[in-house]
Amino acid sequence: MSQEYYDPADLQDFPKIGEVASVQGEKFFAYYAAATSAGRLSEREKALIALAVATVRHCPYCIDAYTNKCLSLDVDENEMMEAIHVGAAMVAGDTLAHATQMRKIVRKKGM
Amino acid sequence: MDLREQHALLDGLDHPESFADRLRSCGAYPLRAASVEILQMNITRRCNLCCRHCHVESSPARAEEMSREDMKASLRAAAHPSITTLDVTGGAPEMHPNLEWFLREAAMMGKRLLVRSNAAILLDAPYRHFADVYAETGVEVVASLPGLSRENTDRMRGPGVFDRIIAALVELNARGYGKPGSGHVLDLVHNPVGAFLPASQQTLEDEYRIKLRRDFGIEFNRLYCLTNCPVGRYLDYLRRSDNLIDYMNLLRQSFNSAAVGNVMCRTTVSVGSDGRLFDCDFNQILDLPLSHPAPGRIGDFDYDALARREIVVRSHCFSCTAGAGSSCQGAPADK
Ligand code: SF4
Ligand code: SF4
Repeated sequence: MSQEYYDPADLQDFPKIGEVASVQGEKFFAYYAAATSAGRLSEREKALIALAVATVRHCPYCIDAYTNKCLSLDVDENEMMEAIHVGAAMVAGDTLAHATQMRKIVRKKGM
Repeated sequence: MDLREQHALLDGLDHPESFADRLRSCGAYPLRAASVEILQMNITRRCNLCCRHCHVESSPARAEEMSREDMKASLRAAAHPSITTLDVTGGAPEMHPNLEWFLREAAMMGKRLLVRSNAAILLDAPYRHFADVYAETGVEVVASLPGLSRENTDRMRGPGVFDRIIAALVELNARGYGKPGSGHVLDLVHNPVGAFLPASQQTLEDEYRIKLRRDFGIEFNRLYCLTNCPVGRYLDYLRRSDNLIDYMNLLRQSFNSAAVGNVMCRTTVSVGSDGRLFDCDFNQILDLPLSHPAPGRIGDFDYDALARREIVVRSHCFSCTAGAGSSCQGAPADK
């Protein structure tokens, strides 16, 4: 099979997901627009957060969309990489923070 | 890049819908001029820089420049009361030997006078005096600063160019340019360093203002965001980097019918360095002559024929209608 599950062209279909279950779809897109457009945080800050989350969540569509958005906003590669390091550090940090659960059980069960 | 090759690339993009088709579907075909308010003059293709995105394909090696006769004819044409603005571009206009003479003549007409400068040239010894000439003749300086990243700007324009632009902007500020109440206008131009579209003009203007003020103490009036048009060296870059099809699709997908009414060709006539007339700078580079019966040369300027001419459109025109749109006077859909 030559087709891939992740095809960049699929992204064009994303705005159409509200063609069915349109009530929820419309609410989602309104929320999405409100959450990602400038507010107390700038569009630029939000685009960097979105890029970090997209990489943490391994979403190729969002990585594509938000890398392009960052480029459009004149965010340079160093800034994007710093944002991704924040995401990576958070993943490492929350993994290691869960080590406390392991340590707690070891202490309880050990002699 | 060879002209025939450019046309072959743009026409060969296997897409069923042309720009004319798209205009037709929103009731805007044929696209007609609404007036002539701006006379844009490409006075030289020579430039001190050789930027990777340059649609004019300028460089120090180019020799084409407008004759004094055609400059005089431009002044005569600009005397028409509907023409409010003389917009001088290149290449680097400063490299035209008659620029100073031209500006002093034009200044007497009392029209809005713009010079599009790469700014870096204002630090080079033979051209340093132009900052003063501009101030004396009331020229609005439109300086190109593609981005706020030194690395990206230098990749696009050459090593050390970012710092030279910054130093030139500081010098312009010292003459009052960009300072409130000075009457000296300094506008900046942003265009993407790569195969993507610019964000909204207001967002980028805010970003430029904060960072230029914070990092360099620089002030300016407005920021214009330009979408790179797929012609000249930029088209060559798109092809070589395998971005051409994606970029053209991006332009098509971002088509905004609200930008159509304000594309710059509707109020502008472009004069080539050889005195020929075109709908815009991009059509000039693609050597797409004006539609019949508009006059072909600045010496035959005929306001009425030009003000109602049909615009010659091709697929590169999608760059003027993508997102908020793009024109030398800023984003059309924001007007
Ligand atoms: S983009 Fe402007 S500064 Fe750069 S080579 Fe072309 S004319 Fe010169
Ligand atoms: S490329 Fe030129 S002719 Fe085409 S829409 Fe833009 S300004 Fe008009």
